[in-house]
Amino acid sequence: MKLRAIVTLAVLAVLLGFFSLWVAQQSYSWMPPEAAAEAKLFDDLFSIFVGLGTFVLLGVTIPILYSLLFHRAGKYDSSDGPPIEGNTTLEVIWTIVPILLVLGLSTASYRTYQKMAIRGPMELVHLHMPQMVEPAYAEPFDDSPQREIRTALETAPIEEIDVTAKQWAWVFHYPDGDVTSTELHLPVDRRIRLSLRSEDVLHGFYVPAFRLKQDIVPNHTIDFEFTPIRTGTYRLRDSMFSGTYFAANQADVVVQPVEDYRQWLADAATQPPTPAYNRAAEEYDRLSEQAVVRGWKSVSPAPAPMVNYAPKQKPSSPPA
Amino acid sequence: MHGSIMLFLWTFPVLVGLGNYLVPLMIGARDMAFPRLNAVSFWMIPIVGILMIASFFVPGGPSQSGWWAYPPVSLQNPTGNLINGQFLWLLAVAISGVSSIMGAVNFVTTIFRMRAPGMTWFRTPAFVWSVLAAQLIQLYGLPALTAGAVMLLLDLTVGTSFFAPERGGNPILYQHFFWFYSHPAVYVMVLPVFGIFSEVLPVHARKPLFGYRVIAVSSVLITGISALVWVHHMFASATPGWMRMLFMVTTMLVGVPTGIKVFGWVATIWGGKIRLTTPMLFALGAIVNFVFAGVTGIMLGSVPLDIHVNNTYFVVGHFHYVIYGTIVLGIYAGLYHWFPKITGRLYYEGLGKLHFVLTFLGTALCFVPMHAAGLMGMPRRVASYDPEFALWNVMASLGGFLLGMSTLPFILNVVSSWILGEKSGDNPWRAIGLEWLTSSPPPVENFEEIPTVISPPYGYGSNEPLVAAHATASPTNSESLIE
Repeated sequence: MKLRAIVTLAVLAVLLGFFSLWVAQQSYSWMPPEAAAEAKLFDDLFSIFVGLGTFVLLGVTIPILYSLLFHRAGKYDSSDGPPIEGNTTLEVIWTIVPILLVLGLSTASYRTYQKMAIRGPMELVHLHMPQMVEPAYAEPFDDSPQREIRTALETAPIEEIDVTAKQWAWVFHYPDGDVTSTELHLPVDRRIRLSLRSEDVLHGFYVPAFRLKQDIVPNHTIDFEFTPIRTGTYRLRDSMFSGTYFAANQADVVVQPVEDYRQWLADAATQPPTPAYNRAAEEYDRLSEQAVVRGWKSVSPAPAPMVNYAPKQKPSSPPA
Repeated sequence: MHGSIMLFLWTFPVLVGLGNYLVPLMIGARDMAFPRLNAVSFWMIPIVGILMIASFFVPGGPSQSGWWAYPPVSLQNPTGNLINGQFLWLLAVAISGVSSIMGAVNFVTTIFRMRAPGMTWFRTPAFVWSVLAAQLIQLYGLPALTAGAVMLLLDLTVGTSFFAPERGGNPILYQHFFWFYSHPAVYVMVLPVFGIFSEVLPVHARKPLFGYRVIAVSSVLITGISALVWVHHMFASATPGWMRMLFMVTTMLVGVPTGIKVFGWVATIWGGKIRLTTPMLFALGAIVNFVFAGVTGIMLGSVPLDIHVNNTYFVVGHFHYVIYGTIVLGIYAGLYHWFPKITGRLYYEGLGKLHFVLTFLGTALCFVPMHAAGLMGMPRRVASYDPEFALWNVMASLGGFLLGMSTLPFILNVVSSWILGEKSGDNPWRAIGLEWLTSSPPPVENFEEIPTVISPPYGYGSNEPLVAAHATASPTNSESLIE
């Protein structure tokens, strides 16, 4: 009898395992395209968490449902259940298993974090040398996406760009050619190093397709590195609430082949600076023109940035 | 303002009220240790409420910086008035902090000093343990939040420079002050709810709480670990790598004591004689929701994952699965379970079950889509969202309306059964516990004679009496104990 119960449990666990694996594979489709090397790392790690999470969630829910179906008291049954107060072996097992699980997940997260090798804030020194990423590649099992990242990182010279966030605009300055733009152009397969600055409040640099985010703190310059690996147009959003027109504080990120990028930079350098379109300013002006101003008072937007290159209208990137 | 009002004026007061009512009953005390302090602490809550609500009517409108009130946005004060929405908000938060600290002193003293004779720590009900664990967090955490609020208030009004970057302050420092309390605050809310599960499940499954001692001690473990996790709210903020890694591990460790509790609850109902009453439905629904919230919580604790989903709707979805899916459902479980205790009348089961079905479905419809929108990259706190997120937002809105509707059967049930409901008798659940030994509703001073406890709680299925024979109030009660 006991053996039969154990076999049944084992079969159920295996079935649940396969189902969790399937859900873990589905998790890749819940996200925007993988436009940066870091995005691939994120998706792999997320998939592990999703698989284990599914297993745990159903592993708890199914016994509850089973109890509800088969351990119900009859309508006139007023007896008590068996007086079982605990089981030390079981309790030790379900203390140790979660400990191992969270340590395993922490280790996996740590390794992914090392591979991403993001420059965090507080490390405010510009290091003019390629990022050290050795620990990531000392692994025995080097699968192909990792190899792609490895080549991408090792061969890539670093492209430096200054980013300024304010209420509510993004301005990108390319020291190479002294170009300013309200659209972030990036060369594909190059390590990008951004210097993030804010002129007023906290902002957040967030490109969902890159799976990367960094808060920007006034009075600090924060270095931030990543490697785009897929051409296309993506959306940059402000991820840290920055006031009334926070939602409108967006910009397009154009990842393009290196030669196109160089061409764009050269073209932009010849343009005289002009005031750029700004959605926050437009919304603010539209509101101020009304006879009766409704709503609560807002901080007024910073003046439109003067840039060499600005897209003529709103950001137009496809859903990503 | 939604967050501030819901937390400071709904969730906290309801839970503290429930604790204030039940703890003395459960430990066999006539009242809390410091009744006057209790009154002062209580009457500060309406003041907090008036300040919060009044802020909608001052020129310039209420606080516009979210419930975190991060500087510098919270210091911008576009109207230039001294009395502005942010000012009132900060004042309310500071007062609320003082009120809750007083409450915590009272709870901790009561639980330490006023347990009935014979009620040793391992004869103390799990709910009391969890309230103690929660109130200990209030004692160490709230001074930090209150001090942070006062400093921000000084920055805003008299121009000090604790957090204002243009005057040399450090806005990140505020985040530490805020989260040092405000993350454990979630445990302050969820711990008593864990306690509710631990009380409700044994009664309605007619089985002892499985691993009672471990469940009780794990509450205090949560108190300890939760003091060391706050930086996980700041992974995308100004945190160096070592801090990110350290707090990632501590955050994930919270999964261990909570996991122990969940497994203990599942084992409690396993093989029991389950009665699917409304409190049982709410408790089990809340446990399932909590496991889901725990899974997404562990994801958020992982630094690389958090860097993508931090400050997106994924967090909003996770948070509401904890706050609503677990805490609010758990509060409902507790309210239905102790409704006969509080009113002496039975609620209507049919309405209660309708309430549960609507609430559970509404929670899923409202908050699951938020996770999807967050993974796609929709930031939280946006006033307008981009078209690609429309589907998920429409679903969430429908769920929100459903949740609104779901409160109607609850209100109808409570009001009508309080007035017209069938008399419940003192102990309609045949539950074991000191609170069920006295009459329902209890007299002003709870017990005519303080009982002497002689065995651990949750003696379902065994014939040991809970209290010494001379102390039982009436013959009917002693019968129910012997079962």
